Amino acid sequence: MEVRPILSAMRRNKFGAFLIATQMAVTLAFLANALTLVEQRMAWSGRPTGIDEADIFVMQSEMVDHPDDLPARLARDLDALRALPGVVDAYATNMYPLEGGGWIETVNLTADQKTPTANTAHYMGDEHALHTMGLTLIAGRNFSAAEVANRTDNDVPPTSGYIVTKALAAKLFPNGDALGKSIFVETSKPVPITGIVDRLEGPMSVATGLFSTFAENSVLSPYRLIGDTNVYMVRAQPGRRDAVLKSAEAKLFALDGNRILRSRSMQQVRADAYRGDHGLIVLLTSICLALLIVTAFGIVGLTSYWVAQRRQQIGIRRALGATRQAIVRYFQTENFMIAAVGAAVGIAFAIALNLWMVHSFEMVRMDNSRALVGAFIILLLGQFAVLWPALRAASIPPALATRGG
Amino acid sequence: MFTYYFRLGLRSLRRNMVLTVLTIAAIAVGIGACMTALTVFRAMSGDPIPQKSSQLFAPQIDNWGPDKHNGGAPDRLEPQLSYTDVLGLMKAHAANRQAGMFRARLPLQPGDPKQKPAKVMVRATFTDFFPMFDVPFKFGGPWSASDDESHAAVAVITKEMNDKLFGGANSVGKTIRLGNEPYTVSGVLDDWQLLPRFYDLEVRPFSDGDAVFLPFTHAIEKQMVGIGSTSCNGDVDPGWEGRLRSDCLWLQFWAELRTETDVQNYRAFLNNYAAEQQRLGRFHWPPHTQLRDVKQWLQYRNIVPSEVRILILVSFGFLLVCLMNAMGLMLAKIMGRAGDIGVRRALGASRGAIFLQCLIETGVVGLAGGLFGLLLTALGLWAARSLLSKEFVALAHLDWADTGIAVLLAVSATVLAGLYPTWRAAHVQPAWQLKAQ
Repeated sequence: MEVRPILSAMRRNKFGAFLIATQMAVTLAFLANALTLVEQRMAWSGRPTGIDEADIFVMQSEMVDHPDDLPARLARDLDALRALPGVVDAYATNMYPLEGGGWIETVNLTADQKTPTANTAHYMGDEHALHTMGLTLIAGRNFSAAEVANRTDNDVPPTSGYIVTKALAAKLFPNGDALGKSIFVETSKPVPITGIVDRLEGPMSVATGLFSTFAENSVLSPYRLIGDTNVYMVRAQPGRRDAVLKSAEAKLFALDGNRILRSRSMQQVRADAYRGDHGLIVLLTSICLALLIVTAFGIVGLTSYWVAQRRQQIGIRRALGATRQAIVRYFQTENFMIAAVGAAVGIAFAIALNLWMVHSFEMVRMDNSRALVGAFIILLLGQFAVLWPALRAASIPPALATRGG
Repeated sequence: MFTYYFRLGLRSLRRNMVLTVLTIAAIAVGIGACMTALTVFRAMSGDPIPQKSSQLFAPQIDNWGPDKHNGGAPDRLEPQLSYTDVLGLMKAHAANRQAGMFRARLPLQPGDPKQKPAKVMVRATFTDFFPMFDVPFKFGGPWSASDDESHAAVAVITKEMNDKLFGGANSVGKTIRLGNEPYTVSGVLDDWQLLPRFYDLEVRPFSDGDAVFLPFTHAIEKQMVGIGSTSCNGDVDPGWEGRLRSDCLWLQFWAELRTETDVQNYRAFLNNYAAEQQRLGRFHWPPHTQLRDVKQWLQYRNIVPSEVRILILVSFGFLLVCLMNAMGLMLAKIMGRAGDIGVRRALGASRGAIFLQCLIETGVVGLAGGLFGLLLTALGLWAARSLLSKEFVALAHLDWADTGIAVLLAVSATVLAGLYPTWRAAHVQPAWQLKAQ
């Protein structure tokens, strides 16, 4: 294909070509960054919490009339829940994954440490906790019933051991010898690590900021939290979750009607927690699609105008023996040249935009291959968009040349 | 003259329908995306109390020491205060008005025993809260300063609460039951909505407002646990007393300072307070305090989610592409009419006249784009509401200012984008065009 005549034709339409190239560059820059963000949020909101989400539901029960036998009532609720048909196991916790807020602590390795070694989520539970959540113990042992003590917000009895997640163990003891080592979590008394579980995510679900940096750090302490508000985690037999949830609510109300009860399946908890991330994914994807459509129409519009402007010249070329394919190829090559310039500028622009966003927003660093993907999409889009006006150009009859203007 | 150009503009728009529709659509889509993001942003970053935002201040006092702040703000200060410090600031009475506060959640027993109890959001605070934040009352008024001192069981309830419990009737002097405790209603609020609820950013600032207000002193006596965030550092003695004595941060505090001198004095007072704590042996570090007004506070706490900022950026990028698109299409349209323009120029129309005519034409396109853009904005806000979170229900609605911004943005951006094509039109050589015809 002859490039020279295209270049000289373009020189007469400098501004139009410039507009298309710039449009493509800007589209590419935003496309690549949006793609990066969508990928990050999809990966973030798709992470497993580590617990058996499909079969678990959580119940938050709040006693209305401040009874003074709270520990006994908690025990009675738990016994009743565990005895329900269809229930695999249940326990009382202080919070649950993806709740949106909860107990966060710092972890120290020595008593008088100034800067903490790690941040962690702090779960509480009895000997049923691991079984209820469906966590896999990869080292050490579970809590024994004798170890579990009652506590309130800040009356913390001494304890004999913690179970930590693999991620927290690795952060605290990179050599892999965490089991048996002592750590300081809530108190100035050292407590040994007696067990390690594979994975348990914290209660925070925000994709950016401080909490997202230690989402997999969790420590489990052998306590039952006593208070007017109790959170029960219940695991049902596969497929029976919703029916068990209803009967569990009825059972708790039958035991004590003077309470406020709110139950959610973990699936619902997950949907609520990641609503914002999913919204962002949908909005960004739609904006990107609209961006591509608008750019395509821009190319169609301007190329159609060029075709209309050059009707006579095209007719002459056809009369001089150029085939229809040659005409189509002309416009395709022209568009490819513009798009290539646009893509090159766009890649640079995409990287610059990303660096700036990383600096001033909480944006993830873009993998540069995303800019290449964007460039490919832009080139393809140009070829598709130019096809219709190019075919219209090719259908100009050679006789037009003889008629004159 | 203007109407003639307007009619000419309409006629030329009709002549090339496809290009016109494409141009208007491009502008409308760009304006729609931009305005959706901008409306949400404006609602989230607005001034919740414009008449007083420069007179209301949140103090911060470092009671943990410079080594202990982990992952907090870069200034190594925490956003909340301890009970000890709030008590100290309340006792000092160094501001025109001041109120420490926290949020609790209590079960509300309905009068009808058949109804189930429900949780309500309760704000424990001092009587200054109401005049300080210009809170409007429908019936009655705030409790008295002596109620604060005597830990009285009195309450101020919102209009919604009053509608629910008393059917909207004047309930002053009546009793409500919260957490098994009777409270005498001293006042009922009128409609009052702060967006964002700047005085406590530890709980969702755009939804779940406070429904009942009680004296802080009473709430402390009844050992009401704060909900929101509680940050502790080091060991805390057991029991409620232990928590009150601790350096746990769980309270908010606001002061009204009317003049610049008051502000300066209060800054000095805060430093003296911290220095005094150092002398008493409670702090082992030099005074480190801060005082911020409402706008600075909202900025400092960074309450607009980064998602919204990213969406703003992306949608303005989108508008840019849409405008470049519109510019290209307008160029095509105007240059397609070079012949007409040549004839008009030859018949004596000046460059200025051609320029004005084309400008009016682009203005019409911009106006149409803006109006369609508004429709798309309404659609976009509806999508944002259903997609993002329930918090947007309260937030995202179009007001007159938004409508004005949209139309202005559309017309000015389109006219700006149309300047180059218009300039080209004005420089059409009549002789050359006529020859070609």
